[in-house]
Amino acid sequence: MKLHTISINNLKRRKAKMAFLTIGLMVGIATIVTLVTLTRSMSSDIEHKMDEFGANILITPQSNGLAMNYGGISLGGVTFDQREIQEKDLAKIKTINNSKNISAIAPKVLGGIKLGSHDVLLVGVNFDSELRMKQWWKIFGEAPKGENELLLGSDAAKILNVGTGDTLPIKGENFRVAGILDQTGSQDDSLVFASLAKAQRLLGKEGKITLVEVAALCSGCPIGAMVTQIAEMIPDAKVSAIQQVVEGRLKALDQFKRFSYAMAAVVVFIGSLIVFVTMMGSVNERTTEIGVFRAIGFRKIHIMRIILLEAALVSLLAGFLGYAVGMGGARLALPFMAESRSAHLIWDGTVAFGSIGLALTLGLVASLYPALHASKMDPTEALRAL
Amino acid sequence: MSLIEISNVKKQYTSGDDIVEALRGVDISIEAGEFITIMGQSGSGKSTLLSVLGGMNHPTCGTVEMAGVNLYQLPGEKLADFRAQNLGFVFQSFHLIPYLTAIENVMLPLAIVKMSTPAKKSAASQALERVGLGTKLDRLPSQLSGGEQERVAIARAIVNNPHILLADEPTGNLDSRTSQEVMALFRELNDVGQTVVMVTHNPENGAYSDRTITLKDGIVLGQA
Repeated sequence: MKLHTISINNLKRRKAKMAFLTIGLMVGIATIVTLVTLTRSMSSDIEHKMDEFGANILITPQSNGLAMNYGGISLGGVTFDQREIQEKDLAKIKTINNSKNISAIAPKVLGGIKLGSHDVLLVGVNFDSELRMKQWWKIFGEAPKGENELLLGSDAAKILNVGTGDTLPIKGENFRVAGILDQTGSQDDSLVFASLAKAQRLLGKEGKITLVEVAALCSGCPIGAMVTQIAEMIPDAKVSAIQQVVEGRLKALDQFKRFSYAMAAVVVFIGSLIVFVTMMGSVNERTTEIGVFRAIGFRKIHIMRIILLEAALVSLLAGFLGYAVGMGGARLALPFMAESRSAHLIWDGTVAFGSIGLALTLGLVASLYPALHASKMDPTEALRAL
Repeated sequence: MSLIEISNVKKQYTSGDDIVEALRGVDISIEAGEFITIMGQSGSGKSTLLSVLGGMNHPTCGTVEMAGVNLYQLPGEKLADFRAQNLGFVFQSFHLIPYLTAIENVMLPLAIVKMSTPAKKSAASQALERVGLGTKLDRLPSQLSGGEQERVAIARAIVNNPHILLADEPTGNLDSRTSQEVMALFRELNDVGQTVVMVTHNPENGAYSDRTITLKDGIVLGQA
C-alpha cells in the first residue's frame, strides 16, 4: 500500500467520471495537435512548392527603360543604357553568405533566329540546371546531351513541323531534335532550346548572359537577404525576387496559423475548466475520505500527492490519446486543406512530446487548486461525525 | 504522570451571531491501559471532546497533553505525524474507503510509513486476524456486513500499534448482538494493554469500560 495505490484504485472506481475527464482533455489536446500539424504540413507543402516550382530570384541586365504596356497589351518598350551580364560573374553568385540555400543557377541567353520561313526565339540554357529547376517539364524523346542537339517547345515543334530525331539547320549547322516538351501552357511552348555555349555562338553573344534564374531552397531561406547579397556581388545586374504569389500563400497560412493558435488557446482554456470542475467535484465528493486520511495522520502534502497523481495519470492518458486522435484528424483533414495532393503529414517528435507535456501541465495546473483545497480540509469538518 | 491530561479545555463555536460553548472547562486524566467511555446526551460535547483529544480540533483554551506532549503546541504538520504514530480512530459510520479491499483499508495508515509492502501486508493481516476477519482480506467494504466493516475499521485503527484508541459511537450503526461482539472486541484489546477512549450514548457499553465520564452541557458531570 502506497499513496499511488489510493490514486489508481480511485480512478478505477470512478471510471465514468474519469472517462469524461480524459475525453474532455483528450479533445482539447487532439484539437491542438490537429491544428498544429495541419499548419506545419501546409507550410511545408508550400515551401516544397517554392523549391519545386523553379526560380524565385531573377537576375536581368541593369537598364534604364520604360515599359509600354497597358491592360495586358505590350507595345514593347524603350530601353537604353543596357549593360550585359557577363558569364564569368555567375561564379560570384555562389560566394554569397546564403550560398547554401541556392538549389540551382540557370543562366540563359536569348535571341531571335530564322528557321526556314519562321522567326523563333532561341534560348541557350545549361540543360542540367534547367531540368533540375523545371521539374514539371515532360520531354518526349530525351534531353539534349550534345552541343548540336535541340529541345523544342510543343508549339514550336508543331509550327516547324518536326519530330524527335529530325534535323533542323541553323546558320549552316545541322541540329538534331533530341526531345519535344509536352504542352506547359507557358512561354516555353514556343521556344527552341539549345546548349548555352552553342546558342551564345549562334547569337554572337559569347560570354554574355541575358538573364539568370536562381532557385533558392525556401525552408527558412531569407529571399530578401539573398537578393541583396547577389545585387552586391553583381552591381550591373538587376536582381529581383519573384515570390509574391508564394508570399501571399504564406501570409494566408500565417493568418490560419494565428487563427489555429487562438483556437488552441480557447480549447486549452475549456480543457482546463473541464479538469478544474471535474477535479473539484471529485474532491468535494471525497470530503469524508479526505477527512479519514487526515485523521489517521496523512499530511497535507500526502493529500495533494494523491489528487495530483490522479490528475497526472488521467492527463497522461489524455495526452497519448489526444496525440493519436489529433494526428488521425490531421491525416483525414490534410487532403481537404492542402492545395496539392502530394502534401504529406509531418510526424514530429516535438508535437508528440509537446502534446503529452501540455496535457500533463494542463491537468496538474488545473488540479492544483482542488488539491490544495482538499489538503486544507479540516478533518473534523470533513468527517462531521467526530 | 497520566497518559492523557486534559486541563481546563474550552471550545467555542460561532453559529451565525451566536456563540456556542461546546466545552466549558473540562479536566480529565486518563491512565495508560484504561478503558474509558464518555457518555452524555446529544449536544453534551462528547464528540467535540473526542476530536479535541484526537488532535483534530483546536480548543479555544486549555491544554491537551498526551504522553507528555502538548498536542496543540506541535508545529506545522507535526500534529498529523503525532496522530499517525500515536492514535487510532474508529468512526461511527466506519468510514472505510469503498474502493479499497479490507486489507488495503487496514494498510491505509501504513501508506505513509517507510515499511516494505510485505511487512505492511503482514501487519494488516495480523490486525484483521485479531478482529476475526483473517479469511476476508480481499473483500471490498460493500461485500462485508455492518459488523464486519466495524471490525475492519478497528483493525485499521490498531494496525500501527497506537498508544490510544479513540472510538466515536462504534456501535451506533449496529444491531444489539453485533454491538456486543464489537464491545467485547474492544474489551479484548484493552485486556492486552490497549488504552481505549470511547464516546457512546448507550449505557450498556459502559459495562465494558473501567471508567465512565459523563458530560452535560460541556462540563464533566461525573466519573464512575
